[in-house]
Amino acid sequence: MKAVSSQVFILIPGRTTEQGTSVGDKASPEYRSVTRLLRMNPEDMARLGLTDGAQVRLRNAQGEIVVSCVSAKDELPPGVLFIAYGPESSKLMGGETHGTGMPDSKGIEVELTVAGGSPGRE
Amino acid sequence: MLKIVNGKVYDPANGVDGQIKVIAVKEGRIVPEGELDATARTLDARGMIVLPGAVDMHSHIAGPKVNSARKMRPEDHRRAEPVKRTVVTRSGVMGSNPSTFATGYTYARLGYTTVFDAAVPPLGARHAHEELHDTPLIDKGFFVLMGNNEFILRCVRAGEAEKTRHFAAWLLGAAKGYAIKLVNPGGVEAWKAGGRNVSSIDEAVPGFGVTPRQVISELAQAAMDLGLPHPVHIHANNLGLAGNWETTLQTMKALEGRRAHLAHVQFHSYGGEPGGRLSSRVAELVEYVNGHDSISVDVGQVVFGETTSLTGDGPLGYYLHGVTGRKWFNADVEMEAGCGIVPIRYRGRSHVHTTQWAIGLEWLLLMNDPWRIALSTDHPNGGSFTAYPYVIRLLMDREFRREAIRGVNPKAIASTQLPELDREYSLNEIAIITRAAPARLLGMKRKGHLGPGADADITIYDLDADWEKTFATPKIVIKAGHVIVEDGEIRRDMQGRTLYVEPEYDRSIEPEIRKWFADFYTIEFENYAVDMDYLPHAERVAVSGG
Amino acid sequence: MEGEVRVIEHATCTFCGCVCDDIDLTVEGNRITKAKNACVLGKAWFFEYPTAESRPEAMIGGSPSTVGEGIEEAARILTSARYPVVYGLSDTTVEAQRVAVEIADLIGGCLDTTTSVCHGPSGIAFQGVGEATCSLGEIKNRADMVIFWGGNPAESHPRHFTKYSVMPKGMFVPNGRKDRYVVLVDVRKTPSARAADLFIQVKPRKDFELLWALRALVKGIEVDHGIEAETGVSLATLRALVERMKRAKFGVFLFGMGLSMTRGKHYNAAAILALARDLNQYTRFVAKPMRGHGNVTGADNVVAWATGYPFGVSFGRGYPRFNPGEFTTVDLLARGEADAALIISADPVANFPQSAIEHLKRIPTIVLDPQASETAKIARVAFTTAIYGINVAGTVYRMDDVPIRLRPALSSRYPSDEEVLKGIARRVRELRREALSA
Repeated sequence: MKAVSSQVFILIPGRTTEQGTSVGDKASPEYRSVTRLLRMNPEDMARLGLTDGAQVRLRNAQGEIVVSCVSAKDELPPGVLFIAYGPESSKLMGGETHGTGMPDSKGIEVELTVAGGSPGRE
Repeated sequence: MLKIVNGKVYDPANGVDGQIKVIAVKEGRIVPEGELDATARTLDARGMIVLPGAVDMHSHIAGPKVNSARKMRPEDHRRAEPVKRTVVTRSGVMGSNPSTFATGYTYARLGYTTVFDAAVPPLGARHAHEELHDTPLIDKGFFVLMGNNEFILRCVRAGEAEKTRHFAAWLLGAAKGYAIKLVNPGGVEAWKAGGRNVSSIDEAVPGFGVTPRQVISELAQAAMDLGLPHPVHIHANNLGLAGNWETTLQTMKALEGRRAHLAHVQFHSYGGEPGGRLSSRVAELVEYVNGHDSISVDVGQVVFGETTSLTGDGPLGYYLHGVTGRKWFNADVEMEAGCGIVPIRYRGRSHVHTTQWAIGLEWLLLMNDPWRIALSTDHPNGGSFTAYPYVIRLLMDREFRREAIRGVNPKAIASTQLPELDREYSLNEIAIITRAAPARLLGMKRKGHLGPGADADITIYDLDADWEKTFATPKIVIKAGHVIVEDGEIRRDMQGRTLYVEPEYDRSIEPEIRKWFADFYTIEFENYAVDMDYLPHAERVAVSGG
Repeated sequence: MEGEVRVIEHATCTFCGCVCDDIDLTVEGNRITKAKNACVLGKAWFFEYPTAESRPEAMIGGSPSTVGEGIEEAARILTSARYPVVYGLSDTTVEAQRVAVEIADLIGGCLDTTTSVCHGPSGIAFQGVGEATCSLGEIKNRADMVIFWGGNPAESHPRHFTKYSVMPKGMFVPNGRKDRYVVLVDVRKTPSARAADLFIQVKPRKDFELLWALRALVKGIEVDHGIEAETGVSLATLRALVERMKRAKFGVFLFGMGLSMTRGKHYNAAAILALARDLNQYTRFVAKPMRGHGNVTGADNVVAWATGYPFGVSFGRGYPRFNPGEFTTVDLLARGEADAALIISADPVANFPQSAIEHLKRIPTIVLDPQASETAKIARVAFTTAIYGINVAGTVYRMDDVPIRLRPALSSRYPSDEEVLKGIARRVRELRREALSA
């Protein structure tokens, strides 16, 4: 497998059913896992040598998180990532609101790198 | 207990015209002087005039459309003088759509103690009551929009007068409203259905096959048969359009002697060709109203300056957006009503705006019977209610009026009768059009006068050579027997009452209403009616007969 | 009582902005066991609310205390702060919201709601261009074209399709779904795409460009083929869409936070509001933001009627002023300005930017929440409050500003937000009076 350097992606945090049904208890393992699951375009995953469950690191000027990824089939175009709203996605959000009160919460630019171990070795 | 002595009293409903008279107050009501004991506080009103608290029978102060106007226009609040928090009062903002607290305080500081919102969609009634709960000091209530209610349109089409009446009664009670209101009957439905309007009272409403004429006469009849304290309150078709005076006249004739109130009649008195310049046709309309006791009006006086047009008349909102090019809010309310909001600036230079300004004054100066005309700016549509002292001076001070006439569009003013009208209102007549008449037209027996049994809502003014100054800052305002304002400052914060009616209706129509809700509404029938919790200070006003 | 079975009919679910009021709740003992008509999110809301009755009703500095002690400490913090912020309010009743506004007024603080991080930009857009809109029943009864944009109602507002916008039969669309043409515009092909006749995939952060091109086409202004490279959508697709919009009898845009949260924010929202407005030259068209939390729309309404502005308000000068970007909570915290916070039913520690969270951890906070939220965990004073709609009666505004009453199913040993806030307001008033007379 070819070593991969960082790649720039656009991250879209959003609501999902699983996030919605588990948000009532943010300490629950279910909420933790649904807000740490990154959906990715399968072509991007193949290009980066990633398979479902692989750990990836997302980083930008605000912070970085490590989450596991899963193929989003035809949901996402190449270059776009999706994650359920939660404490993890918030770590990549900046405090600048450009005079609106609203931080850039969707369409966030992030660098993606493969985070060490391959699936199964976790 | 309170005893107001030495003041010149203007209480037209009781035939008191400037006599020095003692006004005695006990437990929130006016009482014969003999009922007071030695503990009564005495207010010396020497050199002052004593009037009943003023009544605004047609204003827009609460509910979904007013709040949408507030949200849409931060610039309007920011420009205005702020209302600062004090030890007894909440803070707020002014502008053409003041915040709720500021609305209550500002009306009270002008000597107004009772105000009605003229257009609430029943689906937003709960919202209106919540805002009224946060509108301090004044007594208040609202009229319920019915002229485009699709249940009523169907009943009228089917010729079911009784069902119309029962449904109207149920709706009034469900909304805890005060009167039946029509806004551009049928025209709002035409707008909702396809962006159209109706052009006359005989044009069929798309999808329903009824005419505005039928809706007007059926609901006028229903209001009378139910014995409501206030007759049907009509915002006629074609508001604001050149040539609309004929529609207005037809509307009055369509009533065929039934009692009705025509709102903001200034906006409905225009000659000219559709799309062309406005001219005044007040003469013809005043002549008709002078000759028909069953009809009353309020003015909808235009005041120059920035304000907001805010209406249940959806197509009118879109029309004004086209005319002004300014931002536009529209909200269609399922099964019931519409709403349009557009900022507007009335300019003295403008031919149209000068004509509108003059028409309102013509109405006030040409009506023979002051008991059937109430002062209103249709706040904020013609201008803010804070302009009432200015309008009063225009009526009382001929020289001031002439000076004002010199400052407006000369061509426009020359085409009206206004420059030739020399009438000056007396204090007694002002007391009628701002107190006694609106209270009587609303059927409020304890408002608008100072006889024994009346609510102790009293305004005392210090006389100034300038009538505008006199009326802008009352010396003392008393509400339900409490001194709430002194020298323009709020002394006490308190809750006024909400006035509503709840007429009887035939319960056997409920299953049909239930089905109507299940088929077409998006909220449950059971969750629709407003509970009494929302009216913590309520007064149910009796219907007569019914 | 144990074993007793009750049914509360026409109850209201306050999970999302749909505020469905047709839920029949079955209560057995002290549990809700059935929620007829509720969606998957609603069922989770009714079945999985926090039940840990063991949580103290108030905590000060992490130690259990009484509500009275908590109120005393809260009032002390708020009256001694110089630039406090009152925040949250989207998951509580109008009755509680009104008291929170009063407290902000009394203490001369800032007042902001979760609107500022939800559809706040749509509110700013509304102030710029206005809004042609309607109640949800108008969509049900009239809409023959429904365009979802930058939202995923299938997962965020699950009953919106069936109750309001896609499936229902209405007065002028008697065949329901068959009478409607449904479009979804989004950067990703979400589960909502299955409900649409046409899915248009726009490139990320190109919504404004796409909307502006549509506005141009509606007005008959030429758009060149470069639009496809820019937005990912072909000119032919756009032309066909515009023709269909003009032919519709009653069209509606229902837009999500894909517009308000993405770079461009209020420009994106203003573009869709302007497009809907422009289309009224040809037919009837309206637009409506898909508001999120149960009563976020109520928060907008209460704040607007009391202050004139919908969110982002400062009472610092003794009267309300509005300035998003200055008086909004993320900014107040991220810039390190606020020196105390009163947070009602919101969890900024779980969803704010890091810089804001770090400041929030440094200042004294008072938190009212039914559960031990991330924010409650860092609070100086944390109140456990009863849950609105489940334990507490009151009023909630649906996403279309329609106010709906709540029918609580269960009692709670905890006070309501309104009760705690009233206690704080009373004590703040007393402390202010003492300070004035001293």
